[in-house]
This record gives sequence, structure tokens and C-alpha cells, in this order.
Amino acid sequence: MRGIRLAACAVVAAATSLMLIAPAQATTSAQASTANTKVTGTITVSAASSLADVFPVIGQAFQKRYPGTTVRFNFGGSSTLVNQIKGGAPVDVLATASETTMFSAVTAGLVGMPLAFAKNTMAIAMPADNPAKIRSLADLARPGTLVGVCAATVPCGVAARDLLARNKVSITPVTQELDVRSLLGKVVSGDLDAGIVYVTDVKAVGNKVKSVQIPARLNVTTTYQIATVGETRTPEVAQRFVDYMRYSVSAQGILRAYGFTKPW
Amino acid sequence: MIPGSLAVIFMVLPVLGLVAQAPWGSFGTLLSDPVTRDALRISAVSSLWATAICIVLGTPLAWLLARNALPGTRFIRALVVVPLLLPPVVAGVGLLTAFGRRGFVGSFLYDQFGIQFPFTTAGVVLAQAFVAMPFLIITVEAGFRGLNKEFEEVAATLGASPWQTFRHVTLPLVAPALLSGIVLAWARAVGEFGATIGFAGNFPGVTQTMPLAIYSELEVDRSLATGLSVILLAVCLVILVLLRRTYLHGDRAND
Repeated sequence: MRGIRLAACAVVAAATSLMLIAPAQATTSAQASTANTKVTGTITVSAASSLADVFPVIGQAFQKRYPGTTVRFNFGGSSTLVNQIKGGAPVDVLATASETTMFSAVTAGLVGMPLAFAKNTMAIAMPADNPAKIRSLADLARPGTLVGVCAATVPCGVAARDLLARNKVSITPVTQELDVRSLLGKVVSGDLDAGIVYVTDVKAVGNKVKSVQIPARLNVTTTYQIATVGETRTPEVAQRFVDYMRYSVSAQGILRAYGFTKPW
Repeated sequence: MIPGSLAVIFMVLPVLGLVAQAPWGSFGTLLSDPVTRDALRISAVSSLWATAICIVLGTPLAWLLARNALPGTRFIRALVVVPLLLPPVVAGVGLLTAFGRRGFVGSFLYDQFGIQFPFTTAGVVLAQAFVAMPFLIITVEAGFRGLNKEFEEVAATLGASPWQTFRHVTLPLVAPALLSGIVLAWARAVGEFGATIGFAGNFPGVTQTMPLAIYSELEVDRSLATGLSVILLAVCLVILVLLRRTYLHGDRAND
């Protein structure tokens, strides 16, 4: 009896010590495989409209870092992208402009564990000659001002509503665009007096628009998340891209250059 | 026979899918939703105005084209089909550059009269008329072309004025073509999406037509979007069936 108990103790002890060592070993071997084994394959990344300028640049950097990989992009409103995946679209990575839209993909069992990789805030964009002379958020409430927002079904629309509520400004927009780029287009063309868009959108079109910056304490923030899609046929490349987006100095540097802020 | 039946099956299947997926239990709530009612109202009003514009402007052009009465008829006929070939979203951008607040016609209208098309129901009408016009012109022109000119000549020799000839001889003969042109143009106007959202924007009660409401809903709840589609489909089918009676009679009279 005693012998058996001792032996059992020894086994438990051995197992415990193995368990303690094992993760460390696993980590080492994972790092080794990152450096040695070559990942190859093509991935399709479905990404929010507001990422349409920056993602192709990061995609290029990724392909350079991992030769043999090809990254293709599909841009659209975040909720549209989730619906496309629900409908069986062959997508490997999903990047949304809000935690809410990513959460809907997670609860539907469509994607793996999401990572936050960037943040964005809101700004007011006006045509270059600022016909309605907008200088503050409160100016948007002036009667006769043609203000556009995104529809409440996409992250930029939710953020715009939060921003207005937070600053106790009540407006009647003339249009609810289905993605931020079409809203921006109508500001650039001069058909709208102002639009509530992302800071990064203002930056992307340069001097084609004027903008009003909103102080951080009065602004709202949206967090971009990225995850691999469960049905992916190239899970290694997909996971590599997700990690690259969050952890690599290059991807984070490019994001910063386009006006996105750090996710942590 | 087989390709024909395949065509029918191909066209019917998606519609069956919609009907099968429709949330039959929630139609009451859908129909009493102000967003649905607004969208149905905007669709009805704008598509009727657009069709009226097509009739008033398109019919005379169809007649002129059929009679080769204009210099460069071939060129004009090619221009007429351009809205058919343009992707509707591009048509929306084109309309903005012409009739937007900074457009070459739009800026004049805005500066002189304060008239603005984008973000108004009038803008929706403009977008729909633009894409629907070719359907009316092409159909009606074919009707005018198929006309036997002798009838008109006989009327003229019997002392009928050009208007009397048109009203009592030409128009009844061309009525079936006119009616099918009207139906086609109206159907195109009702289904219009891309040019409308690109040019007129998307706001419930002002510019949000049924297709825009359906697309907006598609991002949130697919079954409700399917429900809205079935409502639009049902309304259009009822109208088409009612019209088809008169339209079929016209066809028989022609035979």
C-alpha cells in the first residue's frame, strides 16, 4: 500500500514538473517554427471601409516579410462583412471597425479569438471652402446645414451618434450613408456642408477637405479588431497576418502613419 | 424547349427563395413600421414622377428617332442607351457632377434659385428618370417604327390635322408599345438603387426608397430585409397583373 502511494506521489510530482516545463518548451519550439518553417498561401482579408487605404500598404509589407504569401482584400461596412461570412463567403481574416461588430461574429461562432490592433477617433470633415463655416460640433445643429452621418448599422454611424450625445448636440442629418467612404465622397464633392467621419479619413484625402478636430476628452474612440475566420483553408497564414497586425513594429508603424492610434 | 424551361427555373428560383425565407409571422409589424411606410410612400411617389418625366420627354424623342427626323439619329440612339450600360453607381456620380450642388447645372440652379437635388425626393426622381428613360424610348420607338405610315397619310388626306392624326390614329396604334414601355420604365424606377444612393443619399422619409431600406436592413437583419423585399415584390406584381389585362387586350387588337 505504502509503496503504491509513494509511487503515485512520484508520478504526480513528475507530471506536475513536466507540466511546468512543457509550456516553456512549447513556446520555444513555436518560436523556432516561426523562424524556420515557411508559410505559403493566399488569404482574403475582409476589412472595414476605413481601412481601405492603410491595409493594402500593410499587405505589401506582410508579403515582403513572408515571401510566398499573397494577401487579397475585400472592403465594406463592418456589418456587411460579417453577413458575407455568415453567408459562406470564402474569407480567411476579418477586421472590423468596432468591438460590437466583431462580437457579433464571435457569438455566431464565425471567427477565432479577436485581437485589438488600432483605435480611431472622430472628426468633422467639411468641403475645402467650408461653405457653412463650421468651426465646432455645435455649428452642425444650425438650421439649414447639410450634415451627413453614417447609418446606425455601421460603426462610424454608432460613433457619430455617441459623439453627438456625449456633447449634447442634436442634429437632423440629411443622409445616412452606408459606409464612411461614400459619406466622405459627398463632403469632398461639396454636396454636404459637413460629415462626421474618422480622423484617419480626413488625413487620407489631404487638403480636399477641411476639418474640425475634437478634443480627446469630448471625443469617442472606436477599437479595430482582427480575427481569423473559422472556415479558413490557410489557418497558418491567417494567424500570421492577425499576429503581424497587432505585434509587428512595421504594421503598427504604418497604422500610426495613417493616423490610427495604438490599441493598448 | 429545355433552354426555355431552364431560363424559367433560373429566374424563378431566387424569388422562391425569398418567399420561402420571408418572416411570414412579422409582416404585420413590418407593414406598420414607419420606416417601411415611408419607404413605400417615397418609392411610389418618386417612381410615378420618374415615369411621368420619361413619358413626357421620352415619347417625343422616340417619335423623332423612329422618323429619322433628327440629324445624327444613329448617334442620338447610341446616346440613349448609355444609361443602360452605365453601372448605376457611376450614374449617381455622373448625376452629382451635373446636378450636384457644385455640378455644372446644379451650381447654377443652387446659386440662382436655391434649388438642390441631392438629399431631396426630387433627386430620387431625377436618378430614377435617368436610368428608366432608355427603356421607354427604345420600346416606344420600336412601336412607332412598326407603324404603317399609310394610315396616317390616309387620315391626313381626309383632312385631319397633325394633332388629330396623332391623337386618333397614331396613338391608338402605338398604345401597346407605349404601355409596355411605361411598365418597363416604371419597373426599372422602382428597383433603382445605385444611382439613388449615390446621388440622392439615404434618409428615411425623404430619399430612402424601398430598395435603399432593404439594403440598409440587410446589414442588420436579413429576414426583415427579405420581408421588405417580398412586400415590394407583391405590390409590383399586383400592379403589373392589373396593367397586363389592358396590355394583353392591346396585343390582341394588334394581331
